[in-house]
Amino acid sequence: MKRIKAVLITGRSYSQGMGIEFGKLSQQYRRIMNYCEMNEEDMKEIGVTAGSLVKLKSRRGELVLKTARPLQEVPRGVVFVPYGPWINKIIDEETHSTGMPSLKGIEVEIEPAEEHRAEGREEGGERLE
Amino acid sequence: MSEVRDVVCPFCGCLCDDLVILVEEGKIAGVKNGCALSITKYLNYNRERISKPMVRKNGELEETSLEEAVNRAAELLANADYPVSYGWSNTSCEAIATGIELMEEVGGVIDNTSVVCHGPSVLGVHEVGHPTCTLGEIKNRADLIIYWASNPLQSHPRHLSRYTVMARGKFRKSRDERTLIVVDVRKTYTARVADYFIQIQPGKDYELLSALRTAVRGEELEQEEVAGVKREHIEEVADLLISCEFGVLFWGVGLTMTGGKYRNIDLAISLVRDLNAYTKFVMMPMRGHYNVVGANAVFTWQTGYPYAVDFSHGYPRYNPGETSVTDILVRGEADAALIVASDPASNFPRKAVEHLSRIPVVLIDPRWTSTTDIAEVVIPTAMLGIEVEGTAYRMDGVPIHMKKVINPPDGLKPDVEILRMILDRIRAMRGG
Ligand code: SF4
Repeated sequence: MKRIKAVLITGRSYSQGMGIEFGKLSQQYRRIMNYCEMNEEDMKEIGVTAGSLVKLKSRRGELVLKTARPLQEVPRGVVFVPYGPWINKIIDEETHSTGMPSLKGIEVEIEPAEEHRAEGREEGGERLE
Repeated sequence: MSEVRDVVCPFCGCLCDDLVILVEEGKIAGVKNGCALSITKYLNYNRERISKPMVRKNGELEETSLEEAVNRAAELLANADYPVSYGWSNTSCEAIATGIELMEEVGGVIDNTSVVCHGPSVLGVHEVGHPTCTLGEIKNRADLIIYWASNPLQSHPRHLSRYTVMARGKFRKSRDERTLIVVDVRKTYTARVADYFIQIQPGKDYELLSALRTAVRGEELEQEEVAGVKREHIEEVADLLISCEFGVLFWGVGLTMTGGKYRNIDLAISLVRDLNAYTKFVMMPMRGHYNVVGANAVFTWQTGYPYAVDFSHGYPRYNPGETSVTDILVRGEADAALIVASDPASNFPRKAVEHLSRIPVVLIDPRWTSTTDIAEVVIPTAMLGIEVEGTAYRMDGVPIHMKKVINPPDGLKPDVEILRMILDRIRAMRGG
């Protein structure tokens, strides 16, 4: 299977901010949050398109997310995921004596993960902007 | 339909104080002047509200009286050896002050959300201080604005129109009187409206800040390219910075969450200090939660430290990395937690959440979240800035009175009253 290395950055977005207000247990929040944005060339390289499922592996764990067409251009080698409960499962708890875990700049490997579709992971990637 | 004017928005650190809320039959029917985030907040704040206090019995949360929930919370916190408290950025300064008193009483640790957002900024500022000013001054005077690793059009939507490039100030009246520079890994929405967009490689902020300092000082840059940015571009930007009349550097958590953390901030401060040899230059972190600055302020005036304060020795100690709640949970040391207006079960790294779910958690929060699932005691509250009034601090440190717009649902009290009840109960249990 094809896979690439990338740098994971998490961040806030309009949709994520609004999603919180719809309620964190709501379907809407789940639909909005559960996605990642990658550069198109990187998606081609591992043979996925917007809407495909991919697996992100960090040294702390792995996570299956839906890919979405970037609304804000993502450079090659970078993957963006909105800050929230999903991505926090794979971020590094090491704070280097600052209290702050590394929420940006985490090394990950990305590979296609269509086999997880049956697990209800196809929700996600709806943006409100 | 009635209108409540000059309402302060309880969402982001901009604390916009010009909202008009339309009220019909005691309910919010509309919002004027707000951005999409504030409108969504006002129109949805009542979703997934918790209506009654709850305690966990045989693994299930069961509704109970406020008195029983307060008693249970008091017992859990008073009997713990090393309780921790976290949250505090989405509540009033009055509640924060009471929370600090409570954690001092039980000899625990109190921390706020800065630990996972601008904590490193605070650490950087500790080293040498930082030149800053109010947003009003920036609105009236700034002719050059930098957003570094910050995307305000998404995170603080009215920042540009109220305080910076799109604002009509006393001395800078239109967009073409101000230059906007955006430094980011992605070409964000904010980058699209910038005059200069500097696309930086991820995690290379320290390198680019160093290169800019070199160029500002008029020294030669040896490399053709730094952090993915061409030398000519760096020199051009350095010239712009030197030649402005009043510059401001706003930085986001993009600078604090990557490797380097507070060292990045240290260097950003050095750059701004260098620039002050040529012109007026100030800086300000883009604070997220609407009262996170208030949390830092109240913590500091009451304990001497802005976050991560440990009372277990009987006096306040501060050593982020050791006394920060993230680290304490990851090390598995806390044996009870008081969470106020926050959802660490969603926002902390997995290892911290795992420990949190093993210890009794007292949660004071208006809505259901992932943290409700692991809480032992849940006490719902009325919402600040919507249902109750109180004080919050804007991102530039200006305290603002948050208005009440409508009545809270029956039986819901402000955080400050609930915390006071728990504290009084603990003191009564201890005979004093
Ligand atoms: S910019 Fe922030 S404070 Fe202002 S209205 Fe929008 S969410 Fe509220």
